[in-house]
Amino acid sequence: MTYIAKPKFHHPGIKTNALGFTHRDYEGKISTLCAGCGHDSITASIIEACFELSIEPHRVAKISGIGCSSKTPDYFLGNSHGFNSVHGRMPSVLTGANLANRELIYLGVSGDGDSASIGFGQFAHAIRRGVNMTYVVENNGVYGLTKGQFSATADRGSKSKKGITNTDNAIDLVGIALQLGATYVARSFSGDKKQLVPIIAGAIQHKGAAFIDVVSPCIAFNNHAGSTKSYDYVREHNDAVNRLDVFTGRDPITVDYAPGTVQIVEQHDGSRLALRKIDADYDPHDRLGAMTFLQKHAAQGQIVTGLLYVDPDSEDLHSHLNTVEQPLNRLEAADLCPGSTALDKINASLR
Amino acid sequence: MPQQAPLSSVNDFVVRFANVNGSGSASANELFARAVLRHGVPVSPRNIFPSNIQGLPTWYEVRVTEAGHLGARGGGTDLMVAMNPQTWDKDVAGIVPGGYLFYDSTKPMPSTKFRGDITVIGVPLTAITNSTYTDPRQRQLFKNIIYLGALCALLDMDPKLIEQLIGEQYKGKEKLLSSNVHALHLGRDWALQNLKCPIGLRIRKADKVGDRIFIEGNNAAALGAVYGGATVCAWYPITPSSSLAEAFGNHCKKLRHDPKTGKARYAIVQTEDELASIGVVIGASWNGARAFTTTSGPGISLMTEFIGLSYFAEIPAVIMNVQRAGPSTGMPTRTQQCDVIACAYASHGDTKHVLLFPEDPAEAFEFAATAFDLAERLQTVIFLMLDLDIGMNQRLCRPLKWDDARQYDRGKIMTAEMLDEGRDFGRYLDVDGDGIPYRTYPGTHPTKGSYFTRGTSRDRYARYSEEGAVYADNMQRLIRKFETAQDLVPRPLQANAAKPTRYGVIYFGSTAPAMDEAIELLEARGHLLDRLRIRAFPFHSSVASFLAEHDFVYVVEQNRDAQLRQLIVNENGIDPVRLVPILHYDGTPITARFIADAIGDHQDHLKVTPLRKAVS
Repeated sequence: MTYIAKPKFHHPGIKTNALGFTHRDYEGKISTLCAGCGHDSITASIIEACFELSIEPHRVAKISGIGCSSKTPDYFLGNSHGFNSVHGRMPSVLTGANLANRELIYLGVSGDGDSASIGFGQFAHAIRRGVNMTYVVENNGVYGLTKGQFSATADRGSKSKKGITNTDNAIDLVGIALQLGATYVARSFSGDKKQLVPIIAGAIQHKGAAFIDVVSPCIAFNNHAGSTKSYDYVREHNDAVNRLDVFTGRDPITVDYAPGTVQIVEQHDGSRLALRKIDADYDPHDRLGAMTFLQKHAAQGQIVTGLLYVDPDSEDLHSHLNTVEQPLNRLEAADLCPGSTALDKINASLR
Repeated sequence: MPQQAPLSSVNDFVVRFANVNGSGSASANELFARAVLRHGVPVSPRNIFPSNIQGLPTWYEVRVTEAGHLGARGGGTDLMVAMNPQTWDKDVAGIVPGGYLFYDSTKPMPSTKFRGDITVIGVPLTAITNSTYTDPRQRQLFKNIIYLGALCALLDMDPKLIEQLIGEQYKGKEKLLSSNVHALHLGRDWALQNLKCPIGLRIRKADKVGDRIFIEGNNAAALGAVYGGATVCAWYPITPSSSLAEAFGNHCKKLRHDPKTGKARYAIVQTEDELASIGVVIGASWNGARAFTTTSGPGISLMTEFIGLSYFAEIPAVIMNVQRAGPSTGMPTRTQQCDVIACAYASHGDTKHVLLFPEDPAEAFEFAATAFDLAERLQTVIFLMLDLDIGMNQRLCRPLKWDDARQYDRGKIMTAEMLDEGRDFGRYLDVDGDGIPYRTYPGTHPTKGSYFTRGTSRDRYARYSEEGAVYADNMQRLIRKFETAQDLVPRPLQANAAKPTRYGVIYFGSTAPAMDEAIELLEARGHLLDRLRIRAFPFHSSVASFLAEHDFVYVVEQNRDAQLRQLIVNENGIDPVRLVPILHYDGTPITARFIADAIGDHQDHLKVTPLRKAVS
C-alpha cells in the first residue's frame, strides 16, 4: 500500500553495484497490485536491470498511461520522477519529455488495454518516430482495474473468467512494432526473470525505439483454464529463440560460450549483447524473417520469446530532427531569443 | 435602370477581387494591397476562401482606408475585379450602386449580364496575354499582373511604387523581375490608351502608414513563440492554424540553429492527431522545456482530457487556438470567436483556464511570448485565442517590439542547490500563499525532489490520496492560483467617451478595429459609449468596476451564444439584464456598420420615454 512506508532496514552485507547503490535504492513504494500479479515480477526485473546497469536512479524518467500496469512506476525507482499520465497517451507524453531532455533514460510502462486499444495510435506513432525509449507493455489480455473485460491482445477463442469466448482477432504488438520500424523488439514472460532482466537491460542501453512485450498473467481475472495468458498456458507454450547476456563498458567478455552458440551484438554506447542461441536458425537482425517466424509460430499456438530483432546502427528522433546535443530544457534566453536587432530586420521586411 | 452617378472617392473604398482558387491570383492581389500601402494609404485586406485547394471561388477584399479603419467595411463592393465566371452573377450583384465592374472583355458578354447603375470597365486580358505569352502557366500568372497594371492606371497609382515592390520580391532573379514589370506595363498602357483613366476611385499619396508593418497574425504569433523561448512544437494540421506551426518552423530555420554545429535549438513534431500533440507539449513542459501546440476548435475538443490533466497535475502548456466557425466541422475557412466557453472551462470536472485575447498581429506576438511566461509561472495551460480573421489575413499593425533586457519568467523551480539547503519540497505545497507550488525538473537531484505526477488526487507532498479533505484542500488552492492569475494576465484597456455616459461596451480580439470605427459612427449618431477591451480571462477586477459604473453594457462578440457575456455573468455574478449581447456569427468578420446599427437601434429604443413617467 502506497501509504505504508517501506522499512529502510537492510542486510549489512547487501550487494552494491559500481555506483555503490544497493537494490533498495532502485525500489519504490509498496505495490498495491494483487498478490501474485505478474506485473510485480516485471517491477522486480526493472529494478534488477537498473541495478545491474548501475544507472543513477534519478536519471530515469518513468512514464505510464492508466491501468494496473501504469500504476507500477510508483513501485520502482523511487528517486526518479514518474508520470502517470492519461489512458493510452504515455507515448506522446514520453515523446515530449524526451524532446525536452535527451540526456535522461526514458522508461515507458503501459498495458495491453493502454497500448493495443485506446492508445494503439500513439503506440504506433512513437515507434515510427524512433523515440529513444524502453517501451514495456505488461500484457495480461484483460482489463484488470475494471474487473476482467477482454483487451485487444486476448487471443481469439480464449475464454474469460466468466466463460465468455473472445471472437475478436488479437493484436500482436510485437508484430506491429517490427513492421513500424522499432529497432529493438523483444517478448518475454513475467514468470521468467532470467530472460526478462537482460532484455530490459539491453533495451535501456539501446538508442532508439525499444519495445518489449511482456506476457504477464492477471492472477485475479485471467489465470484460468481456457485463457492463453495464464501462468500455466504461457509456461507450456513459451518458445524462446534465444537467451541474452548484457555486457556494459569496454571490458572483455569473460563468459566462456561454446563456439557457434552465441552471437555478439555491439550497440551504440559500446554495450554488447551476447545472444545465446536456442533456435539455431533464428537471426535477430532479419526484420522480415522475424515477422514470418512469429506469424508461423503464433499459428501453431506458440508464444515466441527472446530478443527478436535488434538493429545496432539504430537512430533516434533527435538524430532525425538534428537537435543540439545540449538538452532543450537547458537552453537559455541567450540561446533562444534572437533579440531586438533581428526583430527590427523582420519588421523592415514587412513594410 | 436609373442612371446613377459613378462613385467618387479618394483613398476610401473597397476593391474585391473574385478569382479561382489556385490560379496564382493571391500574389498579384497582395501586390496590389502592398502598392496601396506604399502610397502611404492604409489598407485592410481579407481572404475569403473555400475549404478547397484548386477550382473553387476565392475572393480577396481590400479596404482602402486613409482614415485607418482596419475592420471589414461591409455593405458591398465599390470596385469589383470579376475574374471568375463561376461567381459572376453574385459578384455583379454585390457592387454598390454607382460602383465599378472590371472584367476580362476578350469574349463578348450579353448585356443582361451587366447592370445599368454601375460603370463597366472591360479589358481584353486574355487577348493581351495570349498575344504576348505562349506558355500556359505564364499566361495564367501574367494575366494577374496585367490586370494589376490596368488597375494602376484606372486608380491613378504610381507605377514606380509597384515596380519597386516587384524589384524587392524578385531581387536577384532578373528574368522574373523584368518580365513582371513588362506585364505590369502591358496592362497599364492598354488602359491608358483605351480607357478613361483615372476613374472616380483614386489612390492619392498620403502619410498615414508610418512605421507600421503588414503581417498575418499566425506569422506574428509564431515569431512570438520564437522570441518567447519555445523549443518544442507539436501540432496536427488544421485550418486556420496550420500556417502558425509552419511559420514557427520557417522562423526557426533562420533564427534557431547553432551557428557552429548547424544543429537545431528546437524540435517540431507533426503528430498523428491533437491528442498526441497536446501530449507531447505536456511531456516536454513537465520536463522543463517551453512547448506549445497550434490548433482550432475540433482540436480543442480532442485535447480536453489532457487539458484537465494540465490543470489538475499543474503542468505548463501553451495552446494557440486559431478559431473558426463551429460546431463540428462548421465553416472551416470562416472566422468566429466561438471557443470562449469551450476553452475557459475545457475538460471534465471543475476546471478554469487562462485565456489571452490578442486584437491584432502585434498583440498576438506579445501575448504568444507572454503565454510561455504565464504557463510556467502559473503551471497550467494558457490559451492564446486567435481567430481566422487575425490569423490568416495580413493586418497593418505597429512594429513588433522586443526589450533585450527582458528575462524569461521560468516560474517556481526548486533546484538541486535549494534542495541541498534543506528547503522543504512539497510539489503541491502552497508556500507563498499565492496558490502556486514549487516544482522540480526530472533528474534534478539523486535523492531529493523526485515526485510522482498523476491526474489522480494527492496530498501536498504528491502522495496519492482519496481523502475528501485532502482533495478539497487541493481544489481550493487551485482556485487561489486562478485568483493570482487575475493580476498576472494582460489587463483590460478602457477608453472613455468625451463626456460621461451611462453606457458602456465590452469587446475583445479581432472585433477591435471594427469597434473603434463603430464608436465614431455612434458618436455621429449622438450615442456616447465608454469601452473596455478585455484581453484575458480570468477577468481583472476592473471588469466588475466597469460593469458597476454603467447602466447598460453592450457585449460585442462573434458567436451565437454570447459566450463572453456568459462568462462575465457567470464569473462576476451580475444581473444579465444589464449586459446587452451584440452578436455577429455568419462567418464573415464583424463590421463597424453592423455594430453601430445594432447598438444605435438599442440606444434609440432606450430613449423612448418610459410609460409611467408619461402618465404621472
